[in-house]
Amino acid sequence: MTSESLQHTGHPVPTPDALQMTDVRKVYTMGDGSEVVALHNASLTVGADEIVALVGPSGSGKTTLCSIAGGILSASGGTVTVGGEDITHFSERQLTKFRQERVGFVFQSVNLVPFLTARENLLVVDEMGRRTGAAARQRADQLLHELGLADRAKNLPGQLSGGQRQRVAIGRALMNDPALVLFDEPTSALDTQLGEQVMELIRTEMKSRGTAAIVVTHDERITSYCDRSVYITDGVLKA
Amino acid sequence: MKLALRELWRRPSRFVTATVILSLIATLLMFLGSLLDGLINASTGAIRALPGDVIVYSSTSQASFARSRIEPAQRSAILEVSGVEQTGGIGLAQLGARIPGNDVRDLAGVAVFGVEIAPRGVDALPAYGEAYADEILQADGVEVGMEILLGPARSPITIIGFVADTNFSGQAGLWTTAETWRAVLSANRPDAQVAEGVFQSLLVRITPGTDPVAVAQAIDNATGGATLSLSISDAIDAIPGVTEQQATFNQIIGVTVVIAVVVIALFFALLTVERTGLYGVLAALGARARTLFAGVILQALIVTFIACAVSATLLVIADLAVPPGSIPLDVTPTRLIFSTLLLLIAAVLGCAFSLRRILRIDPASAIGSAS
Repeated sequence: MTSESLQHTGHPVPTPDALQMTDVRKVYTMGDGSEVVALHNASLTVGADEIVALVGPSGSGKTTLCSIAGGILSASGGTVTVGGEDITHFSERQLTKFRQERVGFVFQSVNLVPFLTARENLLVVDEMGRRTGAAARQRADQLLHELGLADRAKNLPGQLSGGQRQRVAIGRALMNDPALVLFDEPTSALDTQLGEQVMELIRTEMKSRGTAAIVVTHDERITSYCDRSVYITDGVLKA
Repeated sequence: MKLALRELWRRPSRFVTATVILSLIATLLMFLGSLLDGLINASTGAIRALPGDVIVYSSTSQASFARSRIEPAQRSAILEVSGVEQTGGIGLAQLGARIPGNDVRDLAGVAVFGVEIAPRGVDALPAYGEAYADEILQADGVEVGMEILLGPARSPITIIGFVADTNFSGQAGLWTTAETWRAVLSANRPDAQVAEGVFQSLLVRITPGTDPVAVAQAIDNATGGATLSLSISDAIDAIPGVTEQQATFNQIIGVTVVIAVVVIALFFALLTVERTGLYGVLAALGARARTLFAGVILQALIVTFIACAVSATLLVIADLAVPPGSIPLDVTPTRLIFSTLLLLIAAVLGCAFSLRRILRIDPASAIGSAS
């Protein structure tokens, strides 16, 4: 699956898929030497601006798949390409740089740095990575404005509502202009109404930027906010 | 780095306990160091005030003024040694001094030095019956022009000025001429009196650029082994108790530094355990382990530096508040800076214990976890 976009020349040029996983396996070696296969030859393609729900029960392998797609874990076999960049054989160091620059994460409990303001939580991505300084500050301000948090920029996470914290987390994930954003159970800690608002926000923000996303969930209700759903059970992926 | 600084700034209460404990340790360390300096200075000031390069004792004296005698013939031989430019006799009498206005039993310990070459801080030797006193005697009420009485014979001596840092074995230096010393010694220690021309030791000035140790060896050779010649630094170490004091205090200081390492290690290890979740998130966002570790070290260095600054301030205030002469405390910038550097090194060593835990931070822990 390949998306197309228009450059200023007017000619359509192919935009690489946000994610291409082909026959990816992940095997863990246990303390007693036995092996546990967490992911069985999983293949998944996510288009450049596609939102995919990854649905499965606890222990099904969705976290493993998400971690491999985000460059947190290395695959035991198969190939992984993110935004046109093959990360299959990246070293730890290369994966760290890749995470700094190419992917965004929104974690299950938001996990903002509690002693940093909303703006600083966005800037922490830059401080851990490229250190672009003024450009990063400008982007942080722009993102906060677009997320409706301009007046909350100087607030600490403890001074923000759950929805505002979620928006800050989304802003942080978008700071490095990623090819792919990974949402790990973004609504699990929220009530139904706030969960729906957050999913609406995610869809709006991703679509307005043309950024691809994988939303990890075990809640079927939120799949309606995604372009399509893929299911995973016992490490086996089903469309 | 900014992250570490912001945590310190925004969450100071997290670091209060460590800062207080480290302040106490730093205060102890600086106090011990200043006390050592004070004790050593109080024991060695007189020797350091002698304006020469080598001190000659008799070989059987074990570098003790009281047990040493240098005969005129030996002095003549010493003057012939290559590299020797000038010699000056030294005599010492350690006595109790009665000070007008003080209780008759309230004696001040004095080390009466009779010298032929004026010590540093004295332009010209005083007249017979007069002396320059170490300024520490001011704490006992001694003033310029005052006549104090020395020893059981109550030999009168008039104070004509003060000098600084000239004490010997914890007693206040009293600097007078050889003649005055000879008279005081005869009156108060008849068993130790010395003949005219005989001194307890000699101060030797050597030709500039000459090695004092080599000249000392040449002097001992010239006297056929009848003398024990020491450079000033060796003579200081030979003062009874100096080396032992230094060794004892340095051991206590060493143990204190080890305690500081343990305290810092434990505190920042606990903080690192607390932050495991946060570090996992930051690692997932692309933070390198070295960045996280550098933050821990920076926080430890700042906390330690603040503790040292507090302790140094307290010690300076204490030094100003303590009456002169009551405690041999010598608070110097050198000692405070040295103690601070020791603790900063301890801070880095302490943090090293957290390095393994930080290197094992798993960015995957940020995903699939509600913590």
